[in-house]
Amino acid sequence: MKDSVWWQLLRVFLPLSFLTIGGGQSILADIQRETVSVHHWLTDAQFVDDFAISRASAGPNTLIVTLIGWQAGGIAGAVAATAAIFVPPAILFYVLTRLWRMNAFGRWRDRLARGLAPVSVGLVFAGTYSVLTTEGGGVLSWIVTAASVMLLMTTKVHPLLPLAGGALIFLGKLLLSPLSA
Amino acid sequence: MRDVWRVFGTIGISSFGGGLSGWMFREIVERLRWISPEEFLAGLALARTMPGPNVVNLAIWIGYRLRRTRGAIVAAFAVLAGPLVLILILATVYERIKHSITVHQLLMGVTAAALGLSLSVGIKSFQAAARSPFYATMAVLTFIGVGVLHQPLLPIACTLAAVSVAWAFFLDRSDER
Repeated sequence: MKDSVWWQLLRVFLPLSFLTIGGGQSILADIQRETVSVHHWLTDAQFVDDFAISRASAGPNTLIVTLIGWQAGGIAGAVAATAAIFVPPAILFYVLTRLWRMNAFGRWRDRLARGLAPVSVGLVFAGTYSVLTTEGGGVLSWIVTAASVMLLMTTKVHPLLPLAGGALIFLGKLLLSPLSA
Repeated sequence: MRDVWRVFGTIGISSFGGGLSGWMFREIVERLRWISPEEFLAGLALARTMPGPNVVNLAIWIGYRLRRTRGAIVAAFAVLAGPLVLILILATVYERIKHSITVHQLLMGVTAAALGLSLSVGIKSFQAAARSPFYATMAVLTFIGVGVLHQPLLPIACTLAAVSVAWAFFLDRSDER
């Protein structure tokens, strides 16, 4: 039993789960090393594919471990890997949330919130900026982003509308470009 | 409780191209008014500097605020359930679509629009967060350090958060009269 794949998956992902700070990018290199080079659960090419899928899909990119678990050990592997990466930090954050709500921080809570807020906003801008400058969609990406901001700031439209619009605009570009002929 | 399931489930499954916190802000803070912008921002800062995906942490934060422990569990599960199923489906069809230019372009478009969603939340919450020139400076420094200079998130965010919180504790007299 100690040699079963799901046990090994737990052993790899449980410790890593505590390092998934700031979006899970921080542990990607480690995941690749452990799962490709050490355990040979998947090839380098598979890992790259998994990475692309997890970026393209909805939800946190950390879901890449679900795919890895699945490829390494079927459904049981997927469940083990997913639980290992998500549950420990969730419990940790639950405890923090509870302390906050139970007023363990007393009268300092509001000041704590006030001090944290600007850092939070700065991080939102930073995250947007890094994707915008590395994504490679060119001028059209910037235009779609700007249009999406305008729409969301000035109207009460559902966020799915700009998302669908962005997809359609890029699709339109593809149809109009001579390469597709 | 069914509302918690529905709202977080919808947010989870529609969160293509990132911008998840943007979705949450728009739906939960602006439309449903379940929590205030200040509470949301405090939760977001903690969610990003603690282990675990931001979305799951934020779901726990908001879910607990709404329905205590059960709310936290339901919100966290709901926000992950859709994406979990979806990613397994995507993985099975991936070989067939991986070289498709159409799929690639679609994703670029969605990502660009999702960035707009994040950005609009940043702009809106800047007013709430930057109550004085000091806090505005903190926000700008965080952006420059992590975004422009590509410094590691954790040390930068923790250092600036410590400075900012210390200011709020000891020097900010704006709420006294």
